[in-house]
Amino acid sequence: MHDPSRPSICVPCRLAAIAAVVGCAAAAFAWTAGWLTPKRLNAPHVIDTFETNYGIHPGFRRNHAKGLCVEGWFDSNGNGERVSRAAVFAPQQRTPVIGRFAIPGSNPSAPDASVPVRSLALLFQLQDGEQWRTGMNSAPLFPVSTPREFYEQLVASKPDPATGKPDPATLDAFNRAHPNTQPFRQWIAAHPPSTSFANSSFYSVNAFVATDAAGAAHAVRWEVVPDAPYEPATAAQKAQPDFLSRDLDTRLAAGPLHWHLVLTVAAPGDPTDDATRQWPDTRERIDAGTLVLQNATPQRVGQCRDVNYDPTVLPNGLAPSDDPLLAARSAAYAVSFNRRTHEEAFAQPRTDTHR
Amino acid sequence: MNRDSLHFNAAARLLHWLMAVLILTMLFVGVGMVSTVSRLHDALLALHRPLGVTLLVLVVIRAAIRVTHRTPPLPADMPPLQRVAAKASHYALYAMMLAMPLIGWSMLSAGGYPVVLARGVQLPPIAPHNVTLYAVLRSAHTWVAFALYATVLLHVAAALFHAWIRRDGVFASMARGQRRA
Repeated sequence: MHDPSRPSICVPCRLAAIAAVVGCAAAAFAWTAGWLTPKRLNAPHVIDTFETNYGIHPGFRRNHAKGLCVEGWFDSNGNGERVSRAAVFAPQQRTPVIGRFAIPGSNPSAPDASVPVRSLALLFQLQDGEQWRTGMNSAPLFPVSTPREFYEQLVASKPDPATGKPDPATLDAFNRAHPNTQPFRQWIAAHPPSTSFANSSFYSVNAFVATDAAGAAHAVRWEVVPDAPYEPATAAQKAQPDFLSRDLDTRLAAGPLHWHLVLTVAAPGDPTDDATRQWPDTRERIDAGTLVLQNATPQRVGQCRDVNYDPTVLPNGLAPSDDPLLAARSAAYAVSFNRRTHEEAFAQPRTDTHR
Repeated sequence: MNRDSLHFNAAARLLHWLMAVLILTMLFVGVGMVSTVSRLHDALLALHRPLGVTLLVLVVIRAAIRVTHRTPPLPADMPPLQRVAAKASHYALYAMMLAMPLIGWSMLSAGGYPVVLARGVQLPPIAPHNVTLYAVLRSAHTWVAFALYATVLLHVAAALFHAWIRRDGVFASMARGQRRA
């Protein structure tokens, strides 16, 4: 370029300026993605830690890996409308449900008695394509309040290769450093697991915000309360690694199983951002209707297999609260779902039958 | 030569700069929301879907304007290789701008997720609930996003090369309209 009518320029300076612009833009992207900040807690870290602790079981959920699918429906009695305008709570409304019973842990063939907690996940398929997904535990509260604490607890729970169990001293140290784990541990100690999925209550654990038809917001938690009475699991049951699925098959052969869906409404001042704290027993409880479950199928063929029970998938009239665990559950479940579906799609055919 | 054709028309310029802002926002929202387990994850995800649909509508309008209107010619003295690179990168940008929201929408459909844009507003699925398809689309969504950002950076570098070094009017053709004498 020798156009004498144009001022001469410092070409290397300008090339450097272009490189600087592009370099800064690339760095900003890398920072946003977390590639420059390995200490920022992200969902892959959480899921990687499950895999480090417990190995990779291709095609399975990274947590609550052992489970089975059920189907059923929810019959609303209309009482839920007092706090939520969600169509699922309309009077005389029947909503199909895809459910999944499971036990916590990454091992899809763990013995049922190896953990004191069970879970029930539900997907309510509303008429207009809306969905309500919830993953509930048989304990009403959670051991930790924040994603960071959950991650640290997971790290502290890493099994010792020698014993296959977490190092008690490390876990003790974690618990001492996190006194908010105590209510959960006390609850577990006071509530031995029951004989069956069918006589377990399951709790949303986290709080949510329900919005009624007038637009008023109400902090709620929910639970499903079984019709079948509680009985503690027997020693003979606990000796059988799959007693929960066998028991469920036996009971379902005699007919569908029923729970009441109960919404507990917070009073002003009740914590909505801390799953380690229960609300007082005196809070209003709304029996919103009946959950009916039947048709248990192994998860490798059941409808629940291809569902990510992300608790932030909610219908109009329900929303996440300020509980920081909810976003972390959403993010971590997505990574688990992405990895297991990727394994389904690209892995070699497997002979594993426990899916 | 028609003097006006040295600059993109006003609608094309408006869409270019509007989409430039939205696409950069979208790429940072997308890569940021999967980088954290904080509540920012949910907030960014809630922004990601409506923004994606907005960009899908905008790219369709923009493509229609692009094929129905003349575009300014590249400078006659541009080397052939640069001309090829310019054309190819613009085709690639259009293809990825169109593909990204469609991959995102069909990926959510294949994953069995409801495609919620805002409270009570949702889109129908455009793909069957099939996790094998989901896995392919989910990977594609990430890799096409990286490719799109890389192409955007290339585009920025080339635009600045035209503006600061070649000083041949190519940058001005998108930066502003024709100056009146």
